[in-house]
Amino acid sequence: MTATVWAAIGQFGILLVLLAAVHLPLGAYMARVYSSPHHTRVERAWYRTLRVDPDAEQRWSTYLLSLLGFSLASVLLLYALGRLQAHLPWNLGFSGLDPATAWNTAVSFTTNTNWQSYSGEAAAGHLLQMAGLTVQNFVSAAVGMAVAIALVRGLARSGTDARIGNFWSDLTRGALRILLPIAVVGALVLAANGVIQSLDPHTAITTITGETQQALGGPVASQEVIKVLGTNGGGFFNANSAHPFENPNALTNLVEIFLILLIPSALPRTFGLMVGDRRQGWAILGVMTGLWTVATGLLTWAELAGPGLAPSLAGAAMEGKEARFGLAGTALFGAATTGTSTGAVDSMHDSLTAPGGGVAMFTMMLGEVAPGGVGSGLYGMLVLAVLTVFIAGLMVGRTPEYAGKKIGRGEITLVALYVLTVPAAVLLGSAISVVTGPGLAGIQEAGPHGLSEVLYAFTSASNNNGSAFAGLAAGTPYFNTMTGLAMLVGRFVPIALVLALAGRLASQNTVPASAGTLPTHRPLFVGLVGAVTLVVVGLTFIPVLSLGPVVESLS
Amino acid sequence: MKPTRTLWTALRLTLVLTVVLGIGYPLVVTAIGRVAFPAQAAGSLVRDDAGQVRGSALIGQSFLGSDGTPLPQYFQPRPSAAGYDAAASSGSNLGPEDAGLAAAVAQRRADVATFNAVREDQVPPDAVTASGSGLDPHISPQYAAIQVARVAAARGMTEDAVRALVAAHTQGRTLGFLGEPRVNVVTLNLALDG
Repeated sequence: MTATVWAAIGQFGILLVLLAAVHLPLGAYMARVYSSPHHTRVERAWYRTLRVDPDAEQRWSTYLLSLLGFSLASVLLLYALGRLQAHLPWNLGFSGLDPATAWNTAVSFTTNTNWQSYSGEAAAGHLLQMAGLTVQNFVSAAVGMAVAIALVRGLARSGTDARIGNFWSDLTRGALRILLPIAVVGALVLAANGVIQSLDPHTAITTITGETQQALGGPVASQEVIKVLGTNGGGFFNANSAHPFENPNALTNLVEIFLILLIPSALPRTFGLMVGDRRQGWAILGVMTGLWTVATGLLTWAELAGPGLAPSLAGAAMEGKEARFGLAGTALFGAATTGTSTGAVDSMHDSLTAPGGGVAMFTMMLGEVAPGGVGSGLYGMLVLAVLTVFIAGLMVGRTPEYAGKKIGRGEITLVALYVLTVPAAVLLGSAISVVTGPGLAGIQEAGPHGLSEVLYAFTSASNNNGSAFAGLAAGTPYFNTMTGLAMLVGRFVPIALVLALAGRLASQNTVPASAGTLPTHRPLFVGLVGAVTLVVVGLTFIPVLSLGPVVESLS
Repeated sequence: MKPTRTLWTALRLTLVLTVVLGIGYPLVVTAIGRVAFPAQAAGSLVRDDAGQVRGSALIGQSFLGSDGTPLPQYFQPRPSAAGYDAAASSGSNLGPEDAGLAAAVAQRRADVATFNAVREDQVPPDAVTASGSGLDPHISPQYAAIQVARVAAARGMTEDAVRALVAAHTQGRTLGFLGEPRVNVVTLNLALDG
């Protein structure tokens, strides 16, 4: 056991070293990508094809409209690909998805949730995976980054009539200049280690004992890498990153964890550079790192200790976990996937220990800001920072300011609505599901674990995470529809509020810091933001957590 | 920009992105993978002495007789919620307090102890728990160790010879601290037959 603890500390250490090594260059690169006035030759041709002017600065409402239009087009195309699968090439003989599953899948991948109510190897052919799901893995991540950058511009700019950038250009650059190059390199690293990459169909082979088994084919590496890099999380196969063809060994496990955290942890640097005060970026990164380190420590402790009936009978909490990763590698992946909005899993979260499952759920409930999804983590954390300066301002009677912008009534209203949206979707969705017949019918386990299954589902969907306590029979029309709605609300309402906030901030003139300004780069502020995050989430969710994972831990 | 025009722009952009990221990118990666890592890209297939494909080194198999009982001449893998059906990867998704899971764990412990003629406290955790994928090809070195005598007896081999093969199919922690030491049941059993 001692060796396992040291291994756990070792892999955590090497992960932090790797992330630290790329933090400055990647953060600076992303700032250049989103600030440069130059378009590459390819991009110019691209914009001509689309007939858009990439240099036209959009007001926040136009930016939002473009974003919603793009997401609607994505949903429609993905829905069509799912429904028409039987008539398309490379379908491996699979039929089209039924309407509820196609709707849920289309919404799920467009909102960066990647909740999956279908089983990859049993329902999705190669074309649907590549042209449908892989594409949305890229662009839903690029959309999240675009929103975060728009908010950063709102803070950085002064008196611009609510103009916060050009959505078409931000989306294109995020996808082509940031995500695609990293994805190509990452896909080859994964493929070299055993992640499959082919267009072959599944073929029957004879096993060692003479039985028949399917030898799987598929463009997995190319999808796997963007699944984690874009904090999407939708597995090519049903078992997601627990599947040996998605995650063949402990090294790929660490590579996937690294890719999950890569962009979310580098974006605070981009923010610091773009607002012209790198210390602001460090402060945001400090809050993220602090929260995530505590969550990782608790989750690792819970899984290594293995409390509970079945784990103590077995000798360790190995149910639902792979031998090659072990307990420590699994816990680190679990903390990374729920701390971001990824939702990929390398173990079955329904079988986590009760405190481990509780930590995973609480990390998502934080709003996925530690360090959060690609883009969504940064804008979520900036909203909490604005809330913090407001609360601090109330306490000491100073006018709240953040990055030289006054936080007035309009701003704080948007922030308050942002903070309330997702909890409302989680709690209402869960509440409806435990009092209605179709909701109750999907629950696998009786008692508090059953409530945890439902609560995890709506927490995951509303926060656009996508991981599941998969004992819940989520493939029913009821859950497909309800979680689909939760995903839409949890994605686009906060985005609309953030863009409105960005517009208001961009219109303001920057005020120079005075003696009355609360410094937002000191450890005091870092601690305050962390505390505000925990208090807001705690007040919202502790009652329902008490009925689920807490009761289960105490039983 | 008018809403309808926005939607048309969005549709054009979605289509262009689909061509570049949904067709071009996966095909380029497939082409490079086929040239640079052909064995891995095709699924790390393993072959018997006659050159026939008998599985993948990464995907577990079941080693059961026609009546569903474990074959003594093969190392046995972990329990699987998917029955090692490669087309249906899955874990049990049973929670830690699930009564059925607790009963199953106790039953497996008794079965494994009897089958290998060892004490129940010698049975390691991985022998009584199902993996996340249901396709885990690995077992712990402890689980392999308690199976050596049984396999050797069933095959008329010396225990040392079997132990040497187990050692040849055991991997330590990657770089010394990543993951756990493990034995690949698929390649080990194939080597036993070879």
